[in-house]
Amino acid sequence: MGGMSDQGLHVTGAALMATLMFTVMALCAIVFTWMERKVAGFIQSRYGPMYTGRWQGWAQAVADMLKILGKEDIIPAQADKGLFVFAPILVLLGSLLAWAAIPWSPGFIAADLDLGLFYIFAVSSMVVIGILMAGWASNNKWALYGAARGAAQMVSYEIPLALATIPVILNVGSLNTQDIVIAQQGGMFNWFVFHDPFLFIAFWMYFIASIAETNRGPFDMPETESELVAGYHTEYTGMRFAFFFLAEYANLFLVAIIASVVFLGGWWAPIPGLDFAPALTLVIKGVLLVFLNMWVRWTLPRVRVDQLMHLCWKVMIPVTLLCIVGSGLWMILSGELG
Amino acid sequence: MAMDTKKTNGWADQDDVPEIKSELLELNMGPQHPATHGVLRLLLKTDGEIVYQVTPVLGYLHRCAEKIAEGVNYKQWVVYTDRFDYLAPMCCNHAYVTAVEKLMQQEVPERAEHIRVAVAELSRIASHLIALATFGLDMGAWTPLLYCFREREEILNLLERISGGRMLYNYMVPGGVRYDIPEDGWVKDVLSFITMLETKKIKDYNQLLTYNKIFIERTADVGVISKEDAFSYACTGPVLRGSGVKFDCRRNDPYSVYSKFDFEIPVGLGEMGTVGDCWDRYMVRVREIEQSCRIIRQALDTLPEGPYQAIELHKPVKVPAGAAYTRTESAKGEIGHYIISDGGQTAFRNKVRSPSFCNLQVVEKVGVGQMVSDLVALVGSLDIVLGEIDR
Repeated sequence: MGGMSDQGLHVTGAALMATLMFTVMALCAIVFTWMERKVAGFIQSRYGPMYTGRWQGWAQAVADMLKILGKEDIIPAQADKGLFVFAPILVLLGSLLAWAAIPWSPGFIAADLDLGLFYIFAVSSMVVIGILMAGWASNNKWALYGAARGAAQMVSYEIPLALATIPVILNVGSLNTQDIVIAQQGGMFNWFVFHDPFLFIAFWMYFIASIAETNRGPFDMPETESELVAGYHTEYTGMRFAFFFLAEYANLFLVAIIASVVFLGGWWAPIPGLDFAPALTLVIKGVLLVFLNMWVRWTLPRVRVDQLMHLCWKVMIPVTLLCIVGSGLWMILSGELG
Repeated sequence: MAMDTKKTNGWADQDDVPEIKSELLELNMGPQHPATHGVLRLLLKTDGEIVYQVTPVLGYLHRCAEKIAEGVNYKQWVVYTDRFDYLAPMCCNHAYVTAVEKLMQQEVPERAEHIRVAVAELSRIASHLIALATFGLDMGAWTPLLYCFREREEILNLLERISGGRMLYNYMVPGGVRYDIPEDGWVKDVLSFITMLETKKIKDYNQLLTYNKIFIERTADVGVISKEDAFSYACTGPVLRGSGVKFDCRRNDPYSVYSKFDFEIPVGLGEMGTVGDCWDRYMVRVREIEQSCRIIRQALDTLPEGPYQAIELHKPVKVPAGAAYTRTESAKGEIGHYIISDGGQTAFRNKVRSPSFCNLQVVEKVGVGQMVSDLVALVGSLDIVLGEIDR
């Protein structure tokens, strides 16, 4: 095999994959905007969008995006222009890069990394830098408040988020996302969420931390529209604002997909033998988790910023650590550890 | 205000936090801010999340209503009272016409008083529903907002049928009410609405918001207004009762026909925290909705026949020279009207004491030492209406 053409193939494949991932991400922002409105409408006993595109207002999100494209791009006079422009890109980049290590179906993965899960957590923590930059560069006190809260919150909640996945990694013995999914083959009772009680708790810890990680209610501290106007993106308009918006929904789907991969059997169907559409199975699981997330958001009030920290450091981190120990003991006692 | 002012709650009162040199941040909360319920501007001095000083800046909605009272006649000015507390205009109408009638020593037909009580209580329920809804919204709960507005819509429909207006009614006139109860089953609809509210909807709100763990965490022990503070800042209405003081003009200084009806005065009991915290003020409103339902039922069940106006609508109101002060209980608290008449067509002076104005001042004291989020809770629990503060 000629080295040059092999490399060329590799580059082409990567470019194709990147395009695909970006499309998926943009698409999920559009789909989830519409879905959020419909879910919110359903919960609040109203319709949500009904007009645009006739059927259930399906084109509302498209219309919104078109409108946002036509908006004036305002950079405040006193803002730090470089940082102000770069911040939304960084936020988007953080959530975009993580998509590379998601295993959609056997072998269908953009980057099959040995440290896949580690890589995902590493790159998605870039988002917090973007949020801090946005808040600082805006030169607005409310934005600064939002950014400071956001930084504290996201840095804190990354810990239980990552810790909750460690019991799974212990069980699989690998950080490779494909290996994790393959280890859960054979029906829903082989999924890690039902593997042992500690993993069941770990899954919910992951779910709660993921809500905080995506800055959504009841943990939407960086935005808190009733306190901080709009938080870190108060000064953003037009497409720059849309970037934050896009990143939020991409992140929302990302954490749901990671939860599906790590705890809910990835591409495996709940009943063995129904695995004819692996990628679709994964997407359905992700969408269901996103629905759960929306349900929580539209039902619960928001916690206060110190209560949020209390929950993270004094409740969730000890519990997830306990899950790691407990799951390890379970492995030894149940004789899985040869 | 001194920096060492007593810190009230949360981790703000821990002494073992090391000293970090920091500067106070001046922050403008409003007039365009989602949590200030209108065009209120709060000038904050904060140290990070802790508030050291709050100064309410008022006047963004000032419309010279009291001055206008000197230029328009008594009947015409009813319109302006609608625009004070635009969430409970019937209560404001009632307050004003009571004052004018006292000055005129005008008897009001029994039927008119019953109708007035019924619509004023409906208005009170509507206002309290909005208070619950927006307070929930301040706490980040979106859904109760829509639920409360759904029920408020019913009230607006009912009031539209009796008065012709949905928001600003101009319904009461000195000597009676403008229109009689419509003959299309209005009474029956009101009764079935309040039954539904009592039996189903209030349970819904309690389940969704009142007894929600996060909501209790956010509001219990937050923004505690002591009995003494409530007195010294002349707080009235649910804010005063939330602090555990059983005072209600409808009972303690009865006007209209309230003395005929049987109802209770809910007060803050400190069930979830301290007496006078945000949760108590919230809960007082929930319980007042139930009591208002009771009053409406009694008022409509014993509705007497007879005229609904003592003075014919097209005739001018003749007010002798003199002065009168009345106080009535609106949804927000005690509305006082002090009218001086020189015997002419218009009032010589009409001074209004608005409850929201007095209730708001308490943030200067109670807001200090709290977190910014708690300040939002405090302002939300006071349930202010800017139309009434600035007039």
